[in-house]
Amino acid sequence: MTTAVTAPAPVRPAPAGRHGGLANAVADTMTMIDRSVRLTWRNPDTLIMSAVLPLLMMALFVYVFGGAITTGTEYVDYVVPGIVLLCTGYGASSTAMSVAADMTSGMIDRLRSLPIRSSAVLVGHVTASVVRNVAATTLVVLAAVAMGFRPDADPLDWLLFAGLVLLYVLALSWIAAAFGVVAKSVESASVVGFVMLFVPYLSSAFVPTHTMPAFLRPLSEHQPITPVIETVRGLLTGTPVERGWVALAWTLGLLVAGYAAAAWLYRRRAGR
Amino acid sequence: MIIETRGLRKVYGANTVLDGIDLDVREGEVFALLGPNGAGKTTTVRILSTLTGPDGGTARVAGHDVVREAAQVRAAISLTGQYAAVDAEQTGRENLVMVGRLMHLGRRAAARRADDLLERFDLVEAGARRVTTYSGGMRRRLDLAMSLVGAPRVIFLDEPTTGLDPASRTTMWDAITELVRGGTTILLTTQYLEEADRLADRIVVVDGGRIVASGTADSLKAQVGGERLVLRFPDAAALARAAGLLAARVPVAVPERLELGLASDGSAADVHRTLDALRSGAVPIARVTSHRPTLDDVFMALTARPAA
Repeated sequence: MTTAVTAPAPVRPAPAGRHGGLANAVADTMTMIDRSVRLTWRNPDTLIMSAVLPLLMMALFVYVFGGAITTGTEYVDYVVPGIVLLCTGYGASSTAMSVAADMTSGMIDRLRSLPIRSSAVLVGHVTASVVRNVAATTLVVLAAVAMGFRPDADPLDWLLFAGLVLLYVLALSWIAAAFGVVAKSVESASVVGFVMLFVPYLSSAFVPTHTMPAFLRPLSEHQPITPVIETVRGLLTGTPVERGWVALAWTLGLLVAGYAAAAWLYRRRAGR
Repeated sequence: MIIETRGLRKVYGANTVLDGIDLDVREGEVFALLGPNGAGKTTTVRILSTLTGPDGGTARVAGHDVVREAAQVRAAISLTGQYAAVDAEQTGRENLVMVGRLMHLGRRAAARRADDLLERFDLVEAGARRVTTYSGGMRRRLDLAMSLVGAPRVIFLDEPTTGLDPASRTTMWDAITELVRGGTTILLTTQYLEEADRLADRIVVVDGGRIVASGTADSLKAQVGGERLVLRFPDAAALARAAGLLAARVPVAVPERLELGLASDGSAADVHRTLDALRSGAVPIARVTSHRPTLDDVFMALTARPAA
C-alpha cells in the first residue's frame, strides 16, 4: 500500500511518566496481561487446539475404548475428570511457547530495558493461560454433559472443583513458563505439551491404577496428578475423596516450585 | 558526559568480549561504535542499557550507575535492538500504546503519543493493521517509534539498518537525523562505514573488545593518510604485470575488480610517474581514479580485515 506523505505535524512534547510504587507495578502487570490475552485471541490456533484436542480424546475414550474398560461406574463418569485435567495441563503448556517466543525475540530486551517490574511479563503470560484454560475447561465440561456425563455435585462441590482446577492450572502454567524461559526456541518449548499430554496416562485418569502392572503402580498412584484426579472425581461424581489434602498439597507445592523456578530462571537468563 | 564508561570488561567463559572500554559521550551528540561482527558492540550496548552486568569497570548513563541504579537508567534510555522488537500480532498502534502505558503515561496520553508517533514515522494508515502485514522497513520504523514513546534522553540503536534494503535504509537514516535535531543523544552501533560517516559526530572503532581508534570521520580518515590512486586494468594478466612493476610501492590488488590501489600524495607528478612506469612495461590501463580515503580504508587499516 502507499502512504500519503503529509507535512510533519508539530509533535507534542512527550508527557512525563512516573515510575516506581505499587500502583505502577499493578498497572504494568495489567498492561502485560492485556497484551498476553490479546495475543491469545489473535492466535486462535493455540486456543482451538487446547479445546479441540481434549474433546477428541474424550470422544475417543467414551465411544471407542470405554466399552472395553470396566471401572465399576459409567465409564464417561470415570473418565471426564481425567480429561478435564489433561485439557488444563495441555492448555497450560502453551504458556511455555508464548514465553519462549518473547525470550528468543528482541521483545524481552525491549521490555527489560523499560522501567517496569520484571515479574510483569511472566505474570501476563500466566494470567492469559488461566483465562484460556477456564474457557477451554468450561467447554470440555459442557461437552461431557452432552456425551452423557452426569455429575451429582452440589454447589459447594462445584466451588471446590473450580478452586482446585484453578490452582492446578496456575501451577502447571508457572512450570510451563519456567520451561519457556530456558527453552532455546519456541519449537523446543512445545515439548512441554507432549509431556503434559503423556503424564496423565500414567495415572488413574483413564483406568484404575490397580489394573496396571506392579512396577508401574507406585509411580501411577503417587504421581501428583492421581490424587488431583481422584479428588476431582470425588467432588463431581460422589466417589470417596480420600486424598483431598494430598491433592491440595501437591498442587500448592507445584505452584510454589513452578513460580520460584520461573522467577529465578528469568532473572538468571535475563542477566546474560 | 551523558555516557561514561571506564575499563568496561565482559567475559563469557574463556572468551573476553570486552577488554577495557572507555567511552565519553556528550549530551546531544551521535556517537558510533564501528566494528566487525564479534567486536563487542552489542555487548557494550547491553551493558549500557542495563540488560547485562559488566564483569569489570564502571558505566554511568544519564548520571546513574547502570548496575546500582538500573531503574533510573531505564527511565532515561530506550533501546532499539538488532531485531525489530515489536509484537507481530498486535497492530502498530497497539504496540505503541502498550509501551506508553508501560512508561506510565496514562491511558489517554499514551493514545495521543501513539498517534503523534504514527504520524511522525509515516505509519498513520498502517497503524490499525497488525504488524505481520508490515514490510521490514515499516517494522524498523515502528520499532524506532516505540523507542521514542517515553521521550528518552539517550537512545541506543544497535545496528539499526542491518538487513534493510537501500531505500528503507535511507528512510531510517532520515528518521535518525530528525531525532538528533530534537537534541536526543544517540549511541549507535554499526558495521556499515557509510552509516557511521553519515550519521555520527564521533566514531569509536572497536575490534576484539578494545577501542582501536576514535575521532571524527575526518580525523580517522586523516590517520590513514593522503590520497589513494586506483588503477583499473582490462584483464588479470595486465593487473599481475602492473603489480610486479609497482611492487616497491606496496600496492593493494583487488583481483575481482581488476584494480590496484596505491598510496599517493595526489599530485599530477605522482600520477605521471606511475603511468610512465606502466607504459615502459607496455601494461594497458583502463581507468585511473584518485580519491580521499574512505572509512573503508580506515577500517581495513585498523582492523587488518576486509570490512563488511
